[in-house]
Amino acid sequence: MSFFKKLKEKFTGSAETEEVSDKYKAGLSKTRSSFSAKLNDLVARYRKVDEDFFEDLEEVLISADVGVNTVMELVAELELEAKRQNIKDAIDLKELISEKLVEIYTDGDYTAEVPLNLNSAGLSVILFVGVNGVGKTTSIGKLAYQLKQEGKKVLLVAGDTFRAGAIEQLGVWGERIGVEVIKQSEGSDPAAVMYDGIQAARSRGADVLLCDTAGRLQNKVNLMNELSKVKRVIEREIPGAPHDVLLVLDATTGQNALVQAKTFSETTDVTGIVLTKLDGTAKGGIVLAIRKELNIPVKYVGLGEQMTDLEKFDPNAFVYGLFADMVTEQQMD
Amino acid sequence: MAFEGLADRLQQTIKKMTGKGKVNEQDVKEMSREVRLALLEADVNFKVVKDFVKKIRERAVGTEVMESLTPGQQVIKIVKEELTLLMGGEQSKIAVANRPPTVIMMVGLQGAGKTTTSGKLANLLRKKHNRKPLLVAADVYRPAAIDQLKTVGKQLNIPVFDKGTEANPVDIANEAIEYAKQEHLDYVIVDTAGRLHIDEQLMGELTQIKADLNPDEIFLVVDAMTGQDAVNVAESFDQQLNVTGVILTKLDGDTRGGAALSIRAVTDKPIKFAGMGEKLDELEAFHPERMASRILGMGDVLTLIEKAQENIDEKKAKELEEKMRSASFTFDDFLDQMEQVKSMGPLDELLGMIPGANKMKGLKNVQIDEKQIVHVEAIVKSMTRQERQDPGLMNAGRKRRIAKGSGRPVSEVNRLLKQFEEMKKMMKQMSGMQGGKKGKRKKGFNLPFM
Repeated sequence: MSFFKKLKEKFTGSAETEEVSDKYKAGLSKTRSSFSAKLNDLVARYRKVDEDFFEDLEEVLISADVGVNTVMELVAELELEAKRQNIKDAIDLKELISEKLVEIYTDGDYTAEVPLNLNSAGLSVILFVGVNGVGKTTSIGKLAYQLKQEGKKVLLVAGDTFRAGAIEQLGVWGERIGVEVIKQSEGSDPAAVMYDGIQAARSRGADVLLCDTAGRLQNKVNLMNELSKVKRVIEREIPGAPHDVLLVLDATTGQNALVQAKTFSETTDVTGIVLTKLDGTAKGGIVLAIRKELNIPVKYVGLGEQMTDLEKFDPNAFVYGLFADMVTEQQMD
Repeated sequence: MAFEGLADRLQQTIKKMTGKGKVNEQDVKEMSREVRLALLEADVNFKVVKDFVKKIRERAVGTEVMESLTPGQQVIKIVKEELTLLMGGEQSKIAVANRPPTVIMMVGLQGAGKTTTSGKLANLLRKKHNRKPLLVAADVYRPAAIDQLKTVGKQLNIPVFDKGTEANPVDIANEAIEYAKQEHLDYVIVDTAGRLHIDEQLMGELTQIKADLNPDEIFLVVDAMTGQDAVNVAESFDQQLNVTGVILTKLDGDTRGGAALSIRAVTDKPIKFAGMGEKLDELEAFHPERMASRILGMGDVLTLIEKAQENIDEKKAKELEEKMRSASFTFDDFLDQMEQVKSMGPLDELLGMIPGANKMKGLKNVQIDEKQIVHVEAIVKSMTRQERQDPGLMNAGRKRRIAKGSGRPVSEVNRLLKQFEEMKKMMKQMSGMQGGKKGKRKKGFNLPFM
């Protein structure tokens, strides 16, 4: 069975999966049309597979912010494969390209959805980290809403005591959703706020504690030290916590996202990624490189500004959205 | 430090070629591939890279490099020239309206740093241009965005105009202009909500504000870490609003910042300022030529000199020199001096501007703990006036009191006193050397906070 057929079959199975994939399709429509259009255009322009074809292919992938190293390796692999299978026509390579891309993403496992790591026996603590302006506070608001819908008692901690208005911002989200926000005044010690948050979560019998932190550039050593202190305080108070450390990444970010993932992992053992602002034209392809080089899975994607615009990251749906045009095309063949 | 990665890569490429007397066509091909990869890794848009590499290759294949005795130097020169050309000339001027107030609109994607930059820009206008700015809170969508601007305004003591979150941004902007006229404020900076360039409705709102206000400047605020999409974002905002300039934020990160090149190349709009830190005075004029030097690892001496000039009081410097000569340098002078160096910006940033600093073993990735400076300050400030003037007074009891007062151990007080004495000795010797006599070379001394 062809690769596209497999994908298609998976996504026309039930109404539920179709709804999810529709949302992805809408959110990713810009990404998809530009990416697959480019790939189609490339295949049409080069009937024959040659050096220039591979160089252009490199560019198509790079334009999606897939890491340069990842692209170079992928293209080298494809070149080898093309030689081995004696593929001369560009069109025959198209499917192989897509398949290889998905393979990186899912490591061959097409159902590799990685859920939130919640502690079923008590309080779960989730720490949000990332550079400035990626959407940490907004993502927390959205996730809090989602968890509350699932019937969980959620508490938020305003750990960004640095940026002007950050505490108020989380406060507004708390009001909107109807969850309590633990906070101190601006400029107070974030680790102390975390401590307060944990005590409050315990005494109120909360299920999930979502911890906001100030955005910081990963090359500021002092600020990164502060972050590891925040994490240590959480670890000390609750064994096994934080249960998830989510790195929030802006999909518009380029290669630096890989450096972010590396450095934040070293400081806080990142367990998952929230990829935000995927409703723009940016492709967020860097998550491919992050998955490949650091093996950090994407857990959620942000697809808009509404409370409900946070989706569990489903690699299949993502890939389906990315290649939907080609899937339809194949059907018509 | 921004762009360091790109500089390193290019230098490595060139290094491979040096040692060879001449460069052949194969070398040029290899070099252009490396330049291409380096630029792509730096997030320069692939189309921009393509054109750039083509130009480099053409020039490199020409006689310039092939016949040069120092092909490596030649290539660096070409790359630098082309980079500078691509980034355009320096343009950090801000428009002035014939009839005040001058109106500046800040636009961009979510999280680019518009609100912080608005505050920084207002601060810069007041500090450097002696203007009276008004900040306008027109972001009614993001929760607490107005609070954020108000807090920034309060920190800077700059007025903020807002009408809450229920008002329409277009109305807010219009009323703000009237308010500025009434209050005789001469600059109006409108902080708009972050939005996607493909959001027709919200982009329409900006077009409306533009039509009503007829702003003198529209600054597109872009995150320096932006990837390949920078081109789409910049192109789209520019097409719909005809922006007048770009402000690059978060350039104090370790991103290579190729977005700067891309935006410049596709919009042909000048990058006017760069955000270099979270503090509200950390907005600098963007210097394309210096940036090109920095890209190539040549350091940024000009910025360093400028910073020194800006922050060091000449009169004080003269006095200090006099004191050094007469060896009457006291702890009070020392505090003064520290204040001045501190006002130049974070020390690690200053280090990054020194040419070759990133190549020096000890200095690479050095992180100066600003806390230590605070400690030194605390110790000095815990001394009495007499002690500061005459450290000779110091005895065990006094030291213990100082240690207690500053919350530092006695050993640290001792260390500082010792270093201070050494420093004074050095100064004496240095001033003794003046007047043409060649003194012996002395061992360098360490500043107490390094």
